[in-house]
Amino acid sequence: MDALFLSRLQFAITPFIHFLFVPLTIGLAFMLAIMETVYARTGDVMYQRMAKFWGKLFLINFTAGIVTGIVLEFQFGMNWARYSEYVGDIFGSLLAIEATGFFFLESTMIGVWIFGWKKLSAKAHAAVMWLISIATCGSSFWILTANAWMQHPVGYEIRNGRAELTDLKAILLNPAAIYSIIHTVSAGMLVGAFFVMGISAWHLIRKNQERFFTISFKIALVIGTIGLVGVLGGGDLLGSEIAEAQPAKLAAMESHWETTANAPMHLLVWPDVENEENAIEFLTVPSALSILAFKDPNHEVTGLKDIPPEMRPPVAITFVNFRLMVAIGTAMIGLIGFAWLRWKKLSGPTWYLRLLVWFIPMPYIACNAGWIMTEVGRQPWLVYNVMLTKDGVTEGLQTSQVAFSLTVLTILLVLITALVIGLIVKHCRKGPETETM
Amino acid sequence: MTLEMLWFYLWGLLWAIYFVTDGFDLGVGMLLPVLGKDEVSKRTLYNATGPLWDGNEVWLITAGGVTFAAFPKTYAVMFSSFYVALTLLLVALIIRGISLEYRSKVESAGWKKLCDVCQFAGSGLIALLVGVAFANIFRGLPIEDGIFKGSFFGLLNPYGICGGVFFITIFLLHGALWLMIRTDGQLHEKARKLASVLWIAVLAVTVAFLIYSYIETNLYANYLETPGLFVIPLAAVGALIACRVFIGQNTAWKAWFASAVFIMACTFFCIVGLFPNMLPSSIDPAANSITYTAAASSPLTLKVMLGVVLLFIPLVLIYQIWAYTLFSKKVETEQLIY
Repeated sequence: MDALFLSRLQFAITPFIHFLFVPLTIGLAFMLAIMETVYARTGDVMYQRMAKFWGKLFLINFTAGIVTGIVLEFQFGMNWARYSEYVGDIFGSLLAIEATGFFFLESTMIGVWIFGWKKLSAKAHAAVMWLISIATCGSSFWILTANAWMQHPVGYEIRNGRAELTDLKAILLNPAAIYSIIHTVSAGMLVGAFFVMGISAWHLIRKNQERFFTISFKIALVIGTIGLVGVLGGGDLLGSEIAEAQPAKLAAMESHWETTANAPMHLLVWPDVENEENAIEFLTVPSALSILAFKDPNHEVTGLKDIPPEMRPPVAITFVNFRLMVAIGTAMIGLIGFAWLRWKKLSGPTWYLRLLVWFIPMPYIACNAGWIMTEVGRQPWLVYNVMLTKDGVTEGLQTSQVAFSLTVLTILLVLITALVIGLIVKHCRKGPETETM
Repeated sequence: MTLEMLWFYLWGLLWAIYFVTDGFDLGVGMLLPVLGKDEVSKRTLYNATGPLWDGNEVWLITAGGVTFAAFPKTYAVMFSSFYVALTLLLVALIIRGISLEYRSKVESAGWKKLCDVCQFAGSGLIALLVGVAFANIFRGLPIEDGIFKGSFFGLLNPYGICGGVFFITIFLLHGALWLMIRTDGQLHEKARKLASVLWIAVLAVTVAFLIYSYIETNLYANYLETPGLFVIPLAAVGALIACRVFIGQNTAWKAWFASAVFIMACTFFCIVGLFPNMLPSSIDPAANSITYTAAASSPLTLKVMLGVVLLFIPLVLIYQIWAYTLFSKKVETEQLIY
């Protein structure tokens, strides 16, 4: 255990926990804006109660997102000083634009939203939530553009011993960025949708405030359906981009060992990393991987064996997380599809509503599995083909220092996660207030 | 003025705005045990900064982010040198945010007490750590070839501590003045009395810090070379005197504003004194100090970021001033949210 290993562990844990809160913020902000707009336009108080009930859950989650997010910005300089110095010209700028352009907007407006119920008109209050929603999407844009630059660096030149910006347009139009933004923001909508649908289901099983929860459920279902289309479309595009830019990641995702044209895909497969083969290959679809990755059945797909072992990402982790994400995504297609069939009768103790309650954590798991796959699959690179992870760590960093920060931050963030889950469960069970506050 | 030089002063400006904005909510947090004697007055204090603290804190993120973007080397060396201090700062930022937002969401006396402790300790620790960190920068850090050779406890030298106390004191006054704006009745009177006392403390600590800086740092070199620059510390003195006058007149907004100008002028006094260094080294300063020219990003990045800052910062200021005016009236104790 050295400073490098502990720094990596810390940067695995802290964004993982941060990313538990981000997708719900994205999805729920958008739904709250819709609910408040309906209230502002129709004057139906139920929509205001809706915004207040879901808004309370939103705020519990939002705060955790803010305080866990600060940790990330600090860590680049603290643990990854050589990385920061090497790529700050580009990566630092993208983070700074996120802060000045969007993080400011959401953080300022959230205070106005919480304290502004009586001070602002219904329309102005709804507009504030739209600004928050726009800001959350805007933040995602810049953060993911920064991350995409690490996955697929473009628009730079190595000068003066560092990566310097040469083409901002190339960075903003980086396909890795655009596809991951579509995929991730849509995933946020899906997380928000399954969150609202799951909690609504819990109350609908008990026939609590049926109109309130039926309408909440339907709003979520529409947003979730749009999110699902975005997740699948963005994911497909992102897959092709990974195939082009990061062949090692694709091979690890699919546990694909031999370089072949007409590369098949196995529905059931398990990697045997030691012997560089698959222990299980079952239900094989011929040429499927070539088609999915390159839209061409005859296209060659690089296998792991053609990548030197030290240049391969950890195969098992990348593979398992990719499969997990896809499996949950597939389940979501089924659950959303079924919801449309039940549009007219959404109340009562049915197996479907019960399933939805238990399904609430799954989209979160899918999001974080996708994140793990993205980051672990990039290894051993920190910036793909530009800088190795081991070269990015702070020089002279002491193991004891990182052990200290890792321990303290992990304990604190885990406690916060537990607190947030506890508070959300408590307020969900309590249900919406019957009269206006 | 070159682009790099402009960025050096913009860097200073962002830190100054951070101290002015977050300064008062940190001050209010530190005043919690003094002024929050019962549940209503405690909640009044929380609600006095509740709508604004989050937006204020983003100035810290932005100051850090802009350091990363415009001066990557400074960001890298600064953040890695202060490793342990920043870990503690993160803890303070986290527990403070949590205590503000979650205090009223759990009905338990023990939880509320814990939140009050976190609010006080978090606010105090942030002020202390930021003060200690900057004082150590002014004094010179043991950096060689961009690598920190010192230790966390080395930062806790007398001058560093003096910097921490300086920050705590000016934020306390700034917070008391904000409470004069946002409270009435007894609490307002208490805040005003406290502000008068704190003003004397600020005066004393400022004088001590200025003299100590002359002994311990190189901050005065630029001033002795260009005496015209002394207008900056004079502005600070003027603002501090004005602040006392306004406290006497019980014109809270003016007093707070004077305190804001004072904090701005103090920051710029140090920034101008630091020039051209961003992180002076105490190990062979000529070879190891990190200057703004050595740390600067490429001209293209600086240009892009200048456009970003010129577009967004005025916009941020406009909507934050709007938010400030929206929440500048007295806190209504019958409608407490936090």
